[in-house]
Amino acid sequence: MTPVAVAGAGVISAIGNNIRECLAALETGQAGMGDIRWLDTALRGKIPVAEVKADNARLAEIASVSEGTSRTALLSLIAVREALDDAAIPERDRWRTGIVSANTVGGMDLTEKFAARGFRGRLREVAQHECGYSTEWVAARLGLHDYQTTISTACSSSANAIGFGAKLIRHGILDVVVAGGTDALTKFTLNGFNSLMILDRGWCKPMDAERQGLNLGEGAGYLVLVSDAVAATLPARIDCMLSGYANANDAYHQTASSPDGRGSWLAMKTAVERSGLAPADIDYINLHGTGTQNNDLAEGTAIRRLFDPRYPKMSSTKSFTGHTLGASGGIEAVFSVLAVRHGLVYPNLRFRTPMPELPLVPETELIRDVPIRHVLSNSFGFGGNCSSLVFSKWPA
Amino acid sequence: MASVNQPIYIRSAAAINPRQGEPDYRTLLDPKLIRRMSRIIRMGAAAALTCLREAGVAMPDAIVTGTAYGCLEDTGLFLASMIERNEETLQPATFIQSTHNTIGAQIALLLGCTGYNNTFVHRGFSFESALLDAALLLADGEAATVLVGGVDEITQTSRAVLARFGLFRRAIAGEGAAFFLLTGQPSEGDLARLDGFHRFYKPSKDEAVQQEVINFLHLHGLEPADIDLVIMGDKGEIRAKLFPGKPNLAYKERSGEYPTSTSFALGLAAQQVKSGAGRVLLYNHYLGIYHSLYLLSGVDK
Repeated sequence: MTPVAVAGAGVISAIGNNIRECLAALETGQAGMGDIRWLDTALRGKIPVAEVKADNARLAEIASVSEGTSRTALLSLIAVREALDDAAIPERDRWRTGIVSANTVGGMDLTEKFAARGFRGRLREVAQHECGYSTEWVAARLGLHDYQTTISTACSSSANAIGFGAKLIRHGILDVVVAGGTDALTKFTLNGFNSLMILDRGWCKPMDAERQGLNLGEGAGYLVLVSDAVAATLPARIDCMLSGYANANDAYHQTASSPDGRGSWLAMKTAVERSGLAPADIDYINLHGTGTQNNDLAEGTAIRRLFDPRYPKMSSTKSFTGHTLGASGGIEAVFSVLAVRHGLVYPNLRFRTPMPELPLVPETELIRDVPIRHVLSNSFGFGGNCSSLVFSKWPA
Repeated sequence: MASVNQPIYIRSAAAINPRQGEPDYRTLLDPKLIRRMSRIIRMGAAAALTCLREAGVAMPDAIVTGTAYGCLEDTGLFLASMIERNEETLQPATFIQSTHNTIGAQIALLLGCTGYNNTFVHRGFSFESALLDAALLLADGEAATVLVGGVDEITQTSRAVLARFGLFRRAIAGEGAAFFLLTGQPSEGDLARLDGFHRFYKPSKDEAVQQEVINFLHLHGLEPADIDLVIMGDKGEIRAKLFPGKPNLAYKERSGEYPTSTSFALGLAAQQVKSGAGRVLLYNHYLGIYHSLYLLSGVDK
């Protein structure tokens, strides 16, 4: 595919409220998990999660809005604004500008209050329920008027938002698009994953033989993708581009991955092909790496099939942020762009023992000052939805 | 706002709209699976499979779904059980099927389709977004056949909530599923050619809507007089102002009102073209916020 320039990035997660804070945590190995502090749930004290370190009042303050908005939308606004500031597009009003956002729960944090009153709560508690609400709310606040849409494909949602955003640029439908996703922790999702019995009672250990499941997290991550015409007007030189994207379906089971990771393999293989690269060109894989038995084995098996015997460096940054569901593809896309920008490979925290089935050893220490030309970022989800993105150094 | 104007061929269309009666699902889906499916999944899967059968396509290259509310029934059931049981000993079945991509995912699973699969959830533009994605997949040559649909369900709870918001003061509650098999190349037996579609958001007033309609027609080298049939959600101002005396249909009397009702209407429009209606313009707005236009014509023999 024709590459699309990445002009800016913005992120908020359990390890920081912006790029600077998240990068510092990634470099110093500070994970964001802990006991539940802000989410009002009966599971507090029983299961660790990776919360954004602020209550909604504080998030509203950071976002410069009044309270009463869903946490999903607040996280989105903060990260989208940072991404636009980072891009610093001169006279942005000149360009056709839009947003492609993703999430899985919408305003569920408020809907839960409505439901708790026998589904007869206040209307304002349910008015933000739809996934599309936060996208429109953010677009209205930041002047992203020319196209807005929302994608929801479970844990691959925001990777697909970035892929679709790039299509809008390539086809000349938009000049500037903010693409990524957001999700807040809610009782609904925490209980859902708890009922599936795939939550680690300790801190997750992605890709490890002793892994016990995932930790849920929350946050938002967005990129600003621009046309070449816009890129030419930017004060700072573009240093990264989206060079490949592919979406495939595992078509195996509603929640489980196929043993050979058929969908994951198809997504990775096709994304690498579309970027015009060979597997050996990939310097780093930002893994989906949730820490569940099923995902890590399926993803690892697909990686062996595509890369054996020359494995790129790899790590799961979910060992820092937890699994942020609909936001994970966006947050990890931001981390992938930062890896290209700064020549970094992040550690896969708490990894000790390789899976007996596979010859995979993720990085356990930060690597800095290495040339990172191409990063593969994986996002796989419920419903077999598998997507991979390739980010490359610009100019190549 | 975004328009797509390269022709797309509608090879087949299939809709299930409970107001029009529902099929015997056992003739369309494995009865063992039906029991585990919520209504929205059942409607979506049955419409999708019927559409493919009518197209004579066993395996589409891509599946793209639009749904504003997603799987409301399973979402509500899991929420209710979570509250009732105070977050203890919950069964995962309804949670698993509550994600918005479940409909598209179940269709992929039934078909064993490992191709592109995406789900758009953008309120009154959910179907329009899915259709744009389908058009871009065809334009890129990434897919030769795309199965695209719009699906929404109404539940007891959502009906009560939407009524409190005043949605049914002027409209009938609706729901349904409609799927289409689209291609970039014409073939024998196509229902219609989709010459273009366009969406616009929160127009300031009626004159702005009229201007959008005119601009859309001009883009295709047409005047209002060139349209043979106008299909609209309701009998609105636009028809009287721009298309006086033209044959017309008000489709929401049939489908009821819901955020992805344009998928039902597009199926109706394609069938009208197939029956010789000529050039058809479909215009709808959802809540006066989400406006869309579709232009269809017969396939050149």
